[in-house]
Amino acid sequence: MKSSIVEPLPMDDDIIIEHLYKSFGKVKALIDANLRVKRGEVCFIFGPSGGGKSTLLRCINHLEAPDSGRIIVDGIPVTHAKTNIDLVRAEVGMVFQLFNLFPHLTVLGNVTLAQEKVRKRSRGEAERVARELLERVGIPEKANAYPGQLSGGQKQRVAIARALAMNPKIMLFDEPTSALDAEMIKEVLDVMMDLAQEGMTMVVVSHEMGFAKAAADRMVFLDAGQIVEEETPEELFKNPKEERTKQFLSQILY
Amino acid sequence: MAVSREIERPQPKLVPWTRKLEDMPWWGLIVLLAFLLVVYLIYTSATYQDAYRFLVAGVKVTILVTLISFSIAIVLGLIAGLGRVSKNVIFYTGASVYVEVVRGIPLLVQIIYFAYVVAPLLVQIVNSLGAFMLQYTAIQPLMGLAHTLTNLHIQDVDVTARAIAGLAFGYGAYEAEVFRAGIQSIERGQMEAARSLGMSYFQAMRYIILPQAIRRVLPPLGNDFIAMLKDSSLISVLAVRELTHLGKLNRARTFRTFETWNTVTFLYLIMTISLSLVVKFIERRMAFEE
Repeated sequence: MKSSIVEPLPMDDDIIIEHLYKSFGKVKALIDANLRVKRGEVCFIFGPSGGGKSTLLRCINHLEAPDSGRIIVDGIPVTHAKTNIDLVRAEVGMVFQLFNLFPHLTVLGNVTLAQEKVRKRSRGEAERVARELLERVGIPEKANAYPGQLSGGQKQRVAIARALAMNPKIMLFDEPTSALDAEMIKEVLDVMMDLAQEGMTMVVVSHEMGFAKAAADRMVFLDAGQIVEEETPEELFKNPKEERTKQFLSQILY
Repeated sequence: MAVSREIERPQPKLVPWTRKLEDMPWWGLIVLLAFLLVVYLIYTSATYQDAYRFLVAGVKVTILVTLISFSIAIVLGLIAGLGRVSKNVIFYTGASVYVEVVRGIPLLVQIIYFAYVVAPLLVQIVNSLGAFMLQYTAIQPLMGLAHTLTNLHIQDVDVTARAIAGLAFGYGAYEAEVFRAGIQSIERGQMEAARSLGMSYFQAMRYIILPQAIRRVLPPLGNDFIAMLKDSSLISVLAVRELTHLGKLNRARTFRTFETWNTVTFLYLIMTISLSLVVKFIERRMAFEE
């Protein structure tokens, strides 16, 4: 736990989200969402499906364009029309529910491509970084395999290595374990736990309450497009303030 | 346990020999027999031999014209296909107009239009460009070029080149739709993953989407190549000396209608059937890879 961090200056906010609205047709996915994530913080977003969790996450690196509101990532206004979004995205890693590995490239190719094309690293340098990261996520022997030959858990760990290879300041996780078989969830959560302990700024959308208890600095309950409650895990699990939070927790906790 | 498993193992089902006969690729055998017959005739009959010798030159032209036209059509198709999936309004509209207009005109008409309308128009434009340059005598070193431009005549533009342009332009529209379908068949998550790593739209297309899309569209591209090889017979209206036109010439030369067109048909079939075997091979290898 990194609760020892002294009260940071506002400058230290890695992500600032202000009055964010987003709707898909008539469906309102986000209604006046406000959120601040401090440097080195692990922010855990949970809530019922269709509540706008993924939309909020995808707005942070502008995979989804919000209707109105402001997002500032690492001091750069993402929502500003003149911002070169590619520069922001290079600093923000993202891990998807369905992995989205590049099937025509080897594991090594998956992890080196963006390093070479975006970070302009040499082939040798990129491969060195890639092998180091594959070692770290525990699958160095799969460097020359294709994604089709990997298990779900291995795929997700490659996806994490691919994102980390860009040396991001922030990592976004969009339900990283939801498509995994039960026995593979732990290997992915272990990697994420490692990252959290190293002080990576993380925003995690997930249903893994065990991970939230162990790693999250703050939990955000999102329902029907609104942030209902924001609290530390200890507080939230012990005595949730809002009725909706109580209801949801009683439904998912066994 | 081991014994009972031995008993449970299903017996191989016997296929009746009549079923095996039905499953044989009889069409291949029949085509092969027809081929052997024509080959036999070419070897033994003097009129067939004469027709064959005269027509073989046309095969070369047909293949060459198809190769060049198809290469151009693929480039045009790739550009227009990218336009069809582009969010840029001008690029998208331009590509759509091209595809929709061209697909609505018979290929034969397009070839004639290119040869007798577009080409002369281009020549006129070049002429007036030359005339324009001549007016401004200040550009002395370019005088030679200006004279050449002014004196360019439509007869100087090779009819084969005009035919190739017409074929390529017409087929480009079809290839555009092939590429569009291929690009759209790639899961949206691929583009999102690439963009989330900081790649530009262009980089994501170049390194992630197109390599996968092109692999998927290889079989339809192959089929279109075969279709173009057949459609290249249309340029015989421009008197390009390809296989069909040589067929007409040979008939006029020898009055041997039967032998001439048998040999022409035979030569086309040799080309198309062997090409379609290649496409089938690619298809099977891709199914295996996926």
